[in-house]
Amino acid sequence: MTTAFAASAREAGDPQLTPPRRGGRRRGWTPYLLLVPGLLWLTLFFIVPLVQLGSASLQSQWPGAPGYYYRDVNVGNYVDALSSYGVHFLRSLAYAGLATVLCFVIAFPLAYAMAFKAGRWRNVMLILVVAPFFTSFILRTIAWRQILADDAPLARTLNALHLLPGGHITETWVAVVAGLTYNFLPFMVLPIYTSLERADPRLLEAGRDLYADRLTTLRTVTIPLAAPGILAGTLLTFIPAAGDYVNAELLGSDTSTKMVGNVINSQFFTVLGGYPTAAALSISLMILILVLVLGYVRRFGTEEVL
Amino acid sequence: MATNTREAHGDLVLENVTKEFADFTAVDDLSLVVPRGSFFALLGPSGCGKTTTLRMVAGLEQPTGGRVLIGETDITGTRPHERPVNTVFQSYALFPHLTVRENVAFGPKRRKAADAMRLADDALELVQLSHLAARKPGQLSGGQQQRVALARAVVNQPEVLLLDEPLGALDLKLRRQMQVELKRIQSEVGLTFIHVTHDQEEAMTMADTVAVMNRGRIEQMGPPERLYDLPQTAFVANFVGQSNLGVGRIHGTDGDFIVAEVSDTKVRIPKQRSEIHDGQVMFGVRPEKVRIHESQPVGTGNDVRAVVTDVSFTGVATQYLVTVPSGANWTVYEQNLDVEPISLRPGDDVWLSWDPTHAFGVPVDEDGRKAALAEDGA
Repeated sequence: MTTAFAASAREAGDPQLTPPRRGGRRRGWTPYLLLVPGLLWLTLFFIVPLVQLGSASLQSQWPGAPGYYYRDVNVGNYVDALSSYGVHFLRSLAYAGLATVLCFVIAFPLAYAMAFKAGRWRNVMLILVVAPFFTSFILRTIAWRQILADDAPLARTLNALHLLPGGHITETWVAVVAGLTYNFLPFMVLPIYTSLERADPRLLEAGRDLYADRLTTLRTVTIPLAAPGILAGTLLTFIPAAGDYVNAELLGSDTSTKMVGNVINSQFFTVLGGYPTAAALSISLMILILVLVLGYVRRFGTEEVL
Repeated sequence: MATNTREAHGDLVLENVTKEFADFTAVDDLSLVVPRGSFFALLGPSGCGKTTTLRMVAGLEQPTGGRVLIGETDITGTRPHERPVNTVFQSYALFPHLTVRENVAFGPKRRKAADAMRLADDALELVQLSHLAARKPGQLSGGQQQRVALARAVVNQPEVLLLDEPLGALDLKLRRQMQVELKRIQSEVGLTFIHVTHDQEEAMTMADTVAVMNRGRIEQMGPPERLYDLPQTAFVANFVGQSNLGVGRIHGTDGDFIVAEVSDTKVRIPKQRSEIHDGQVMFGVRPEKVRIHESQPVGTGNDVRAVVTDVSFTGVATQYLVTVPSGANWTVYEQNLDVEPISLRPGDDVWLSWDPTHAFGVPVDEDGRKAALAEDGA
């Protein structure tokens, strides 16, 4: 903008420069014009609903008329929500955190193998990582229910070996975390793979040449080189996992493994008069994740990402 | 094991080292000794096995046969971090996430040196980059990165320092500067430098000893002057400087000379300067040893008629391309010393002469024939 104005001011003083003026002006506006569709979309489907959600979270219920609300600044909704469902928040963070760590533990060696060792199998491995996306998220999670079911081979074998304390895999936190890990794994693999694939293999050789054994090279060279990908992968895994409710719904129990997402879901759709609570929970979750992510990025962030 | 091999010291010895990959032999039964503290160059065209040799010394590749020793210590099979060897990589391979100082301190830190940072600062001073210590490698120019890479290797005081085409990415002027600089640093630190390059001028300016490699073998090894003055194979004659070659048959001797006939012209080669003493021989003489005359010279011993095909004036010298009776194209350098230069044009008939003590004889092999043929085509 500034340059466009400066340019036209200069041109006004110099008649010889008049012809390129229109071109210069058009160039000045083009980026903003290109932004319009995106901004419209964002305004309609993100900013407006967000404001609405914020205002819903502060509404009060008409006395004696369940399901009807009036505009208010009722902070009590937040107090209620957080005091009644604090445990669900903690559970969400714990499950999402555990799933993120598991995803990293599985994804890093996989991405490393794909980037440095796979050779001509690299593309096959990439396709295998992405292939699950060809089936719906819900279907895949339902499939996990079958895999983990009590009469399926896995649970049977574990039961026969007396390795399954409660007798079930489904209806436990293990199933929920496993589902989250499975569903978000590609979001961890792909960014890490991308940053490892970009790294010059000679850097790893240089590490070994400079007296670092394999493990030290991994710690001091490989992982720092993959840092942007690790950061992106953990965010792409943790954020949606913390707000997820499908895995807890389909693989978890009705009582002991509910996450915030499940509470919001039922407050919105099944509990009469639950709207303000659901909205307050949503906003709280958003703020909580935002604060955690900002802290995380400030601590581990590299200039390449943010 | 690790500390033992890491403290090895002495000459670098390669004993019958062979490296076979799935479908070809990169290094073929190579043996050599690099004396401690010398500046050694491995010179050869790309694909000759010089980089593979270097990587085997570094431990980044393992030989499929033979042994690598430093002094009395066998380091074959040890890992790169267990060897007192450091590499300056072709692409520098500086760690982008570390500052210049941290890059240089990387090695000392891994070896648990208490004063890693001070060592790094000293090394940066040696390459005159102290003022850039806090920068990231991405913020440096190619020449500066090159020096950081050098400092990062030198700081460890390795027994052997390997340089893999270290100047390849630099422009000509910077390359000349770095050649002088590398030489200075080598004599200052007194480490064994092994320099891999395909640039014969670079190898000759810097190294005490040059080994010319071709197809996984060493063709000839020696001080640069000797390699240039008396090549032992046609490949060396052409790869180290230029040579005017001709295939001939030996007829007899004349005092200290062998007499050979090349395309009906009798040429003489000093006995001690020929690898071959009967049968077919490849005769050679360096372009600057050949004089060009407008009429037949008297009493020079070796002379041959030729036709000028090209004249290029380069300032200090004039380069003539001439066709000799065998059909080969020869090159002649004439220093522009005379006030009145010879004025020759393409198509002129000339006589060439040379002092026969400068001639050399090498075996006739495929490389030589090819080289002679290539000159025909030129």
